[in-house]
Amino acid sequence: MFDLQGYGWMLWDGLQMTLLVGLCSLVLAILMGLIGAWGKLSENRVARAAAATYTTVIRGIPELLLLLIIFYGTPTLIQGIAEDLGYDIIVDFNPFIAGVLTIGFIYGAFATEVFRGAFIAVPPGQMEAARAIGMSSVLAFRRVMLPQIWRFALPGLGNIWMVLIKATALISVIQLEELMRKSFIAMGATKLPFTFFFTAALMYLAITVISMLGQQRIERWANRGIRRA
Amino acid sequence: MGAETVALEVRDLHKSFGSMEVLKGVSLTAREGDVISMLGSSGSGKSTFLRCINLLEIPNAGEVRVGGELIRMRPKNGRQEPADRRQVDRIRASLGMVFQQFNLWSHMTVLGNVMEAPVHVLKHPRAEAEARAREILEKVGLGDRMDYYPSHLSGGQQQRAAIARALAMEPKVMLFDEPTSALDPELVGEVLRVIRELADEGRTMIVVTHEVGFAREVSSNVIFLHEGMIEEEGPPAEVFTRQKSERFRQFLASNL
Repeated sequence: MFDLQGYGWMLWDGLQMTLLVGLCSLVLAILMGLIGAWGKLSENRVARAAAATYTTVIRGIPELLLLLIIFYGTPTLIQGIAEDLGYDIIVDFNPFIAGVLTIGFIYGAFATEVFRGAFIAVPPGQMEAARAIGMSSVLAFRRVMLPQIWRFALPGLGNIWMVLIKATALISVIQLEELMRKSFIAMGATKLPFTFFFTAALMYLAITVISMLGQQRIERWANRGIRRA
Repeated sequence: MGAETVALEVRDLHKSFGSMEVLKGVSLTAREGDVISMLGSSGSGKSTFLRCINLLEIPNAGEVRVGGELIRMRPKNGRQEPADRRQVDRIRASLGMVFQQFNLWSHMTVLGNVMEAPVHVLKHPRAEAEARAREILEKVGLGDRMDYYPSHLSGGQQQRAAIARALAMEPKVMLFDEPTSALDPELVGEVLRVIRELADEGRTMIVVTHEVGFAREVSSNVIFLHEGMIEEEGPPAEVFTRQKSERFRQFLASNL
C-alpha cells in the first residue's frame, strides 16, 4: 500500500518548498507583527489607525480569497492601469512571492496582537530604568524591550507558526510546487489518493511535532533568568 | 557660594495630573556633596518631584538645572515638553536614579545590568566597563553575585545591584526614590549601609525616603513636603529638634 512508486522524492521536494515558503512567510509575519504592534501602541493617531485597519481588514478576509486577489488580481490591475496610460505590458507574479506575501501579511495581523500583548506584558519599570539612565527610545527598545518580548510572544508565535505552515497548502492553488501540490500531482499520475495524501498528512504532522519540540527549547532560552513560578 | 559648586537646582516646579495639582511650586538647591532627604506622607508629591528632575514626568512649569545646565523646555498645547530630546538623554545619563522596585533588567545578569549603559550610552570600551562594573559590584558587596540574574537575588541584593548600575555612570547626582520601601525589614539595613557609604564619599544625593532615622543621620538638609509644597526645610539638627510646622511634628511622631 505504501509503495510511493518513485514519487517519494517528489514529495520530499515539496516538503522542502513548504518549509521554505513557511519560514519566509513567518519572517514576514514577525516583521509585520512588530511594525503592527508598534503602530497599535504608538501615540501617533495615524499609526494607530493604520495598524487597526491592517488587522481588521486582513483578518476579515478568507486567506484563499486574499491569495487569489494578490496573484491574479494585482497583475491585471497593474496591466489595466498601464493600458490606460498607453503601455502594453504583461505582469506576471511569481507564485512563491505571491504566496509568501499573502501568508506573511495575514499572519502578520495575528502576530500584531501577539506582540502587542507581549510589549504590554513587560513591566513598565524596565523601560523606565532604560530611559532614566539616558538611553534613547530606539536604544531602549533594542536593548531592553526587544530581548524581553520573546518570553511573552513565543507561545503565541509558536501557535501562529503551526497554523501558518498548514495554511501554505493553499498556495498549491496558484501552482506553487509545495507539498500539497506535489502530492496532488503524484496522486493524479498514480491514481493512489490515499497513499499520497496520507503521506503528505504525515509530513505535515512531522513538521508540527518537530516544531513543538523546537519551541520548548526556544522558550527555555527566552525564559533564562526568570524564576519559574 | 560659587555657581560651579551647585550640582542640582530646581526652581518653582509645578506638576498636575489632570485637575489634581501634585506639586505647587517646589524649589531645591543641592551643592556638591549635599545629601538632601525628602520626607512626607504618601501623596505629598515627593516621588513625583524626584521623577520630574530627570523628566520621567514632565513638569507643567519650573526649571531644572543640572551642573548649571538648564533643561530646555518648549511650550506645547498649553503645557511644555523637552525642547531637545538628546539633551534630556545626556542629562539623564548624569543623574543616577534608583527606584523603589529596583527595575533591574531581568534578561541580563547583574554584571550585564551594570555594564549596559556605560557600554551602550557612554560608549566606553567593553573591557574597561566590565572592570569598572566588577569594582563597583565588589564595593556594594555583590562580588560573588555578578553572574546571577536579578530574579535569583534577594530584594536587598537587587537594590544594591541597582545602586551599582546607577553608580557605573559616574553620575553628578544620585536620585533615590524610596529605595528601601519595597524591602523586607531585615534587608533594609544592608541597602541603607551602602547609601550611607556613598554619602560619606561626598556624593550629591537626593533621597526620597520614609526612614526618618536615616534621614536624620545622613542628610545635610531635610525637606518635608506636604500637599505639594515645602512645609519645613533645614539641616537635620535644626528641623528635628525644633519643628516650626505642626504637621511635620505630627509626621515625626507617627514615623519614629
